[in-house]
Amino acid sequence: LKASSQPPYISTILLSHQHHLLLHFLHYTNQISPHLLLPHHNIPLPLISRFRSTSQPVAFSASSMEIDAENLSATELRLGLPGTSSSEDRPKKPSPTVGTKRALEDTTSEASGTGSAAGEDQDTTTPAKAQVVGWPPVRAYRKNTFQAAAAKKAEQPGGLYVKVSMDGAPYLRKVDLRMYKGYRELREALNALFTKSLAAAENGGDHQYAIAYEDKDGDLMLVGDVPWDMFISSCKKLRIMKGSEAR
Amino acid sequence: MGRGGSRAAPAAAAPPWHALPDEVWEHAFSFLPAASDRGAAAGACRSWLRAERRSRRRLSVANCYAASPQDAVERFPAVRAAEVKGKPHFADFGLVPHAWGAAAAPWVAAAADGWPLLEELSFKRMVVTDECLEMIAASFRNFQVLRLVSCEGFSTAGLAAIAAGCRNLRELDLQENEIEDCSIHWLSLFPESFTSLVTLNFSCLEGDVNINVLERLVTRCRNLKTLKLNNSIPLDKLASLLRKAPQIVELGTGKFSADYHPDLFAKLEAAFAGCKSLRRLSGAWDSVPDYLPAFYCVCEGLTSLNLSYATIRGPELIKFISRCKNLQLLWVMDLIEDHGLAAVASSCNKLQELRVFPSDPFDPAGQVSLTERGLVDVSASCPMLESVLYFCRRMTNEALITIAKNRPNFTCFRLCIIEPHTPDYITHQPLDAGFSAIVESCKGLTRFSVSGLLTDRVFKSIGAHADRLEMLSIAFAGNSDLGLHYILSGCKSLKKLEIRDCPFGDKPLLANAAKLETMRSLWMSSCSLTLGACRQLARKMPRLSVEVMNDSERACPLDSLTDESPVDKLYVYRTIAGPRSDTPSCVQIV
Repeated sequence: LKASSQPPYISTILLSHQHHLLLHFLHYTNQISPHLLLPHHNIPLPLISRFRSTSQPVAFSASSMEIDAENLSATELRLGLPGTSSSEDRPKKPSPTVGTKRALEDTTSEASGTGSAAGEDQDTTTPAKAQVVGWPPVRAYRKNTFQAAAAKKAEQPGGLYVKVSMDGAPYLRKVDLRMYKGYRELREALNALFTKSLAAAENGGDHQYAIAYEDKDGDLMLVGDVPWDMFISSCKKLRIMKGSEAR
Repeated sequence: MGRGGSRAAPAAAAPPWHALPDEVWEHAFSFLPAASDRGAAAGACRSWLRAERRSRRRLSVANCYAASPQDAVERFPAVRAAEVKGKPHFADFGLVPHAWGAAAAPWVAAAADGWPLLEELSFKRMVVTDECLEMIAASFRNFQVLRLVSCEGFSTAGLAAIAAGCRNLRELDLQENEIEDCSIHWLSLFPESFTSLVTLNFSCLEGDVNINVLERLVTRCRNLKTLKLNNSIPLDKLASLLRKAPQIVELGTGKFSADYHPDLFAKLEAAFAGCKSLRRLSGAWDSVPDYLPAFYCVCEGLTSLNLSYATIRGPELIKFISRCKNLQLLWVMDLIEDHGLAAVASSCNKLQELRVFPSDPFDPAGQVSLTERGLVDVSASCPMLESVLYFCRRMTNEALITIAKNRPNFTCFRLCIIEPHTPDYITHQPLDAGFSAIVESCKGLTRFSVSGLLTDRVFKSIGAHADRLEMLSIAFAGNSDLGLHYILSGCKSLKKLEIRDCPFGDKPLLANAAKLETMRSLWMSSCSLTLGACRQLARKMPRLSVEVMNDSERACPLDSLTDESPVDKLYVYRTIAGPRSDTPSCVQIV
């Protein structure tokens, strides 16, 4: 812009006009992409290369390919504000944000995102882990094995330790609910843990004990009503109650 | 040469060499093990062509659509061992439509007709049905070796047919197939008189197997050298199986996990101590490091260790691997981490092949500390290392340059940086310099996979330097048509090229159309191709089959689409069989 020969406000208008055109172009291509006119295909192509493939005359020889390269970078449409760095320096960091079969739509949104709305790409954190089809290149067979192993791991996150309190006992114990296959084993284990306290209590004459547990909602429930698996997933704390209190 | 024959004139010299009977040439050609050498010999003259093709025993068809099964059987009537490969490599990652093709049935039918003496059949990435297996069992009276790799379409019923029908079966090798479980006890169908098994690999089978039957089978097959079990075999049964087959050379343990019991440990230890010939070990080991010491006695002799399905980590794993001083092949998960690989580097100096697989490929954060450091250490200390497959989350140009300098003897280098477009994490530059260094230094490189942030520059290097490169895999790389042009106009030995998600368009494809006929196949998906270019290519090169695949739900007759229509997936391969007739609706031949 030759500012010297023109009043300053015109250069501002011209600059903003270019900017406006650019935004307009972005708006145009994003909204009315030619491919959408085609009946069957709705995966948009990366904007830059698409533009290149239709704008250049068809030439088959290798030498013209070389020449094209030089001209290409000069004519290449950049989706950035005037003055932004060339594509090689621009740190590309697209994450496969969009879901299956949409790898290219992802590159499009990335290309347009690094333009005027440069901050946007970094601001939008990757939504829930959607993945590119077939990437990383892990065989389907191996992927299934991993998923199965991961699912299993999710089901069994190691031990499930809960506190066990017994009324009158000086201190609490902890048991791993996953160590037991059912209620009987649990009862036997608790018996073993609290033999001393039980023996002491027995002298007081009270033989009845009920095992209760605190569930996710904080309610005190009697152990034994629900299936074992349901029990261990909802039990937060165990409490051995003296017979008199249990009633 | 003895006397006799009508040419024995007293003063004449020996018969001119080109008049020697075919049997002589056939015998000479039997010393050429490589199919390419035999092919070259066959091209010399008619009599050599005749002699060679009539005596060819092993045939490898790398693309099942490159020739028709009838052609193959007619041309090579004496084949005893055939290997046929089907779907493109990217089918492993779900990129090829499910019903694409690669049916094994026409091959089995043609073989049943023309090769009654067939002994070995191997299918890779093909659809093999139960009917195929039944036909195999019924058609070849001396059938000995069945190898199915990454196939699908069959069930345990087909296996039952093989077990019952193949009296002389030596090898049943099922690698990573999808096998439907029909709850048929196929193992019990091996007759009691059957003792010839040398290899039994059913590691990919999901269902249960009758352990008693397996034990009896293992006991009576005294020549059994390879046994790879599936996940249904518990540890205590493994111990008893090993006691019955102490001569075993290759063992796949299947699932190796149980709560620790000292007597089970003792049993296993004793069983392994008896396996003096054990050289190759694999298995899906779950995190029970307590049992690893049971293997210590075999570590010294191991040449191959596949822990790529093993989720053990930590010091026990490292202790175990460090004892395997004679390892030539190691496949592990990235749970080994950099310090584990450092231990491998210092202990396993005979290592030739290393593969490190991602334990959690879809986790963007990456909990595991496996970086470029591990690969640098191994390449520095293992002088015989020539094949690498490495999944990691970060890399630098400097590391790659160091690796290239340390190990110019790489023949296969596949690096997968999990996040696409990842640059050098220190300099934030593209990884062009690093990958270029590899290709410039490793003159014998035949297989190469690149990843990370890459511009056209790396392809310029590859095109110029990778003279022996036969297979190249590219994903999320390059920035213009030039990238593809460099590859197709260079890479003298290129056979297979597979590309996904790169900004490559029509021009380099059309400019290098002739190159495609020198290659076995080209795959391009999610690039910038148009239908018009594919049409031009098909018109220009009649000996290429140009297959176009779009979104499977939208089968649309090609004729109605314009030249500008984008092409989602392209698969081009040379063929003498003409366009195939078994395409599903989502695949169209241009």
